Amino acid sequence: MNDTIISVKDVSFTYEDAAEPALSGVSVDVRRGEFLAVLGHNGSGKSTLAKLLNALYVPTEGRVTVCGLDTQDDEHLWDIRQQAGMIFQNPDNQIVATVVREDVAFGLENLAVPHDEMVRRIDEALAAVRMTDFAESAPHMLSGGQKQRVAIAGILAMQPSVIIADEATAMLDPSGRKEVLSTIRRLNREKGITVVWITHYMEEAAQADRVVVMNHGQVALTGKPREVFEQVETLRELHLDVPHMTDLAQDLRRDGMPLPEGILTVEEMAEEVCKLLCRSK
Amino acid sequence: MMKNITLGQYYPVDSWVHRLDPRTKILLTIAMIVAVFMVHSLVGYAIVLGFIYLSARMSKIPFRMLVKGVKALRFILILTFLMNLFFSSGETLLVEWGVIRITQEGLSQAIHYSLRLVFLVMGTSLMTLTTSPIALSDGIELLLSPLKKIHFPAHELAMMMSIALRFIPTLMEEADKIMKAQMARGADFESGNLLARAKAMVPLLVPLFVSAFRRAGDLAMAMESRCYHGGENRTRLRVLRITRNDWIAAACVAALIALIVLEGWAVPVVTAAVKGLIA
Repeated sequence: MNDTIISVKDVSFTYEDAAEPALSGVSVDVRRGEFLAVLGHNGSGKSTLAKLLNALYVPTEGRVTVCGLDTQDDEHLWDIRQQAGMIFQNPDNQIVATVVREDVAFGLENLAVPHDEMVRRIDEALAAVRMTDFAESAPHMLSGGQKQRVAIAGILAMQPSVIIADEATAMLDPSGRKEVLSTIRRLNREKGITVVWITHYMEEAAQADRVVVMNHGQVALTGKPREVFEQVETLRELHLDVPHMTDLAQDLRRDGMPLPEGILTVEEMAEEVCKLLCRSK
Repeated sequence: MMKNITLGQYYPVDSWVHRLDPRTKILLTIAMIVAVFMVHSLVGYAIVLGFIYLSARMSKIPFRMLVKGVKALRFILILTFLMNLFFSSGETLLVEWGVIRITQEGLSQAIHYSLRLVFLVMGTSLMTLTTSPIALSDGIELLLSPLKKIHFPAHELAMMMSIALRFIPTLMEEADKIMKAQMARGADFESGNLLARAKAMVPLLVPLFVSAFRRAGDLAMAMESRCYHGGENRTRLRVLRITRNDWIAAACVAALIALIVLEGWAVPVVTAAVKGLIA
């Protein structure tokens, strides 16, 4: 397929000294330009999957290809990592330099980008994440959300086709979480960058184009957020919470309120309830 | 309060000296230290003092900052002075009191060594006050890079320094947090003798170390995923350039050295001449 940017085929992965494999027989295709959320509780293998996508780990069995390049091929290691940029969970532990713009430069320095080009790309990347005003700040003076935006700029400057976010919002407060997710969604929409968004927050996964639910190192469910979240019972069995509004809608339906399926957000719920009230008047 | 700590003793103002290339400053500081050791008369020290004073003025650094650096080392200074005073061998006896013998040579050596130490501290402080730690590590990397041929890890050393600088505030904040958490659980960091207080640090240091190692692992992974592959085949955002000002600074230090050499040669000649005239 032409529009597949990352293909994971029958992949298994076992950590050294681990008895159980962290992933077994996982197959996922990521399409060019899509926003894919990978959902799962702790230990479901979602982080391991993320690290397989830019060759930080190499599969024990099966194949992972990024933009047609096999991650097992050492020759293309740097091309793969340039194409598939990764943002990690802890905002502090991924910033290398003592000044924001120098941190954004880090990846470019590694790719041996010429100086003038580097300056141009840094300015662009900082503008894209709206951090231009903080270019000369020290990272430890920034909030968690701002640090994650700097990390995104650092990846963006390398001009990747895919951004993989490995629970990038897990350590942030609600406003920081919103700030980072909206930045990523904007980049996905405006620049057409493919996003693999790994999370355990339902509300975040609900905003994706497609959701993959992981459990015990295997893919449990895939589909559009609405399709996935309607399977309330299955999600419960996987120890995942359904979005509050979907949950509420199901309870209300059980009590006889004729609400449609597929409600995910407070806004949608409000709209449906309003419709019902208008009709009953 | 932790938010605004300045690292090292960098004094952040904009001045002619601050803008010099860090390599120039490192090399010129070394040259100046060598020059100080060539001085053999009080007039020579006066010249050096004058030079340092003028440099401080040009750097917009208050002279008392340099004096503060010297004060911090006062015990070492006093020790150096006393050791030289009492234990130097010499002929001309000034004071003899029991086992204590002070000779003229001893006295002059004590004065010389203490003064040299003072100027050494002032000279290096001038460098660290006017150069940010990150510029300093850049300068060191570039100066040591010829040694890469014999596999000296110049890039790695500078990278380690810059990562250390990056994480000092983060780890300090974390230490503060852990300390408060342990105090909330009844840990006592303040009372008791030295040993008790050192023991009380264990519940602070263990979690701090564990977290530092975890951070190191995370950072290594983040650096790798951003294509870090060591110092080979890499460009740099911060480019150091030797400008005309660096040459001017070098000329000033060269003039200082010339003056010291000249003074060392001229003063004995002049004194001899004057003595000859009187006789």
